[in-house]
Amino acid sequence: MARMLPEPTPETRHFWEGCKDGELRLQRCTECTHSYFPPRAFCPKCGSRDVEVYAASGKGFLYSYVINHRPRPDMGTEPHSIAVVELDEGPRMMTNIVGCPQTPEALQLDMKVQVKFEKQTDDISLPLFEPAKG
Amino acid sequence: MKPKSVAVVGAAETTKMGKIPDVSVLGLHADAALNAMKDAGLKPSDIDGVATAGVSPVELAHYLGITPTYADGTRVGGCSFMLHVRHAAAAINAGLCKTVLITHGESGRSRVGAGGFGRNATSLMGQFEMPYGVTSPPTMFTIPVLRYMKTYGVTEEDLAMVAVVQREWAALNPRSSFKDPITVDDVLNSPMIAWPFRMLMCCLVTDGGGALILTSADRAKDFPNKPVFVLGTGESVETPMVSQMEDFNTSKAFRVSGKKAFEEAGIKHADVDHLMIYDAFAHLPLYGLEDLGFVKPGEAKDFVRERNTAIGGKLPMNTNGGGLSYMHSGMYGMYALMESVRQMRGTAAAQVDGAKISVCQGVGGMFAAAGTVIFGNEA
Repeated sequence: MARMLPEPTPETRHFWEGCKDGELRLQRCTECTHSYFPPRAFCPKCGSRDVEVYAASGKGFLYSYVINHRPRPDMGTEPHSIAVVELDEGPRMMTNIVGCPQTPEALQLDMKVQVKFEKQTDDISLPLFEPAKG
Repeated sequence: MKPKSVAVVGAAETTKMGKIPDVSVLGLHADAALNAMKDAGLKPSDIDGVATAGVSPVELAHYLGITPTYADGTRVGGCSFMLHVRHAAAAINAGLCKTVLITHGESGRSRVGAGGFGRNATSLMGQFEMPYGVTSPPTMFTIPVLRYMKTYGVTEEDLAMVAVVQREWAALNPRSSFKDPITVDDVLNSPMIAWPFRMLMCCLVTDGGGALILTSADRAKDFPNKPVFVLGTGESVETPMVSQMEDFNTSKAFRVSGKKAFEEAGIKHADVDHLMIYDAFAHLPLYGLEDLGFVKPGEAKDFVRERNTAIGGKLPMNTNGGGLSYMHSGMYGMYALMESVRQMRGTAAAQVDGAKISVCQGVGGMFAAAGTVIFGNEA
């Protein structure tokens, strides 16, 4: 049983194309400069349609999470984190923290994290996050 | 709305509660509806407004043989019924209809006639949350809490205490699923569901239903039971994605809905005798106490630990035992409303002596929506 994968829509395709190319793409309003996520064709703060896609740093910090202990064959056999990361550019996004033990001791709120794209299929790579190096 | 212009004149839960393998979802709606009509001394032909969530108001009306001039299918999760009350009050005041039936029924445990869970991989949730394992309440509703705990120094013991106090209330309710006392240690030693949540911090999964009948206050005196007046109502929605909540320390939907209801009712917090806060998980009453303004941000944990919400406390809360110990079929809001109505009628199993005002706070989705209804029993 594979994990559920996203089906991009016209409004979100740039994001998933970016993930495939190893780039975390956000959008920002060219009028009010607000950065936002998830993708849409207008600024959710001021309503302007004048928005642009840009490559984000892929860096942020761990804002909140849980460690799921219930059986999830699609997510592997061990307890796993489900986390919200706040990006340096401002928006928050759901993800999994990888590359460290899935324990409260290893997963400290506010720790720095960086994006790590994990290929699922030829079309979809998921933006996961790992503890920041250096 | 004008306070006390509309009243609850019929209210009843399903005949059975908990595990009901021999009744479908639609059958539970009907069972609750028939019980509420009996309670109010009405027949289906007396009802001219319907509201429900889970099944459509079309299914409900046709099944019961009702020909409505008002139908509300608002479905925003477990607080849908609070919104139904609010909309019904407005509709009655506007003359759209005279007598509204609001029903809920769910086969959460037995899954009889319940259908499946739809997954839409093109939705925002399907694209940006579900791929990370976020697909059910234990991995959704729980997401904000570690941030809240860090901000205010809330401990696992504080979360556990919410469940302990509610179990004390449940012990007084013969219809509760769980009645045996539990300790903080029992909660902290129960199986891990999703860190930091243990099993006893999570709601039950049961079968049941409930129904309400509302009409204008001037007609309410002609019914067999003591009318329960609607003093004020509120509603709001925030986000379908828990990751996109504005602030993980507080629910914007709770704050907006609660403020609106208190303003409408024209009451102060000190006037409130009884409180229901939808408790799908142990952190919800803490958020609710703060977001409704009963305590300041960060103070709810102490308020609960000091037994203000417990038996004999100054603000009895979740007196039916709540979703943690009484029952939780999926959309629990109807059961919270039922307990508020019973408290206002003076018929609750754990009756709060002399209670005159009850606040009932619902949540929908994972902090996605909120509905507030304030009831009173004095005309």
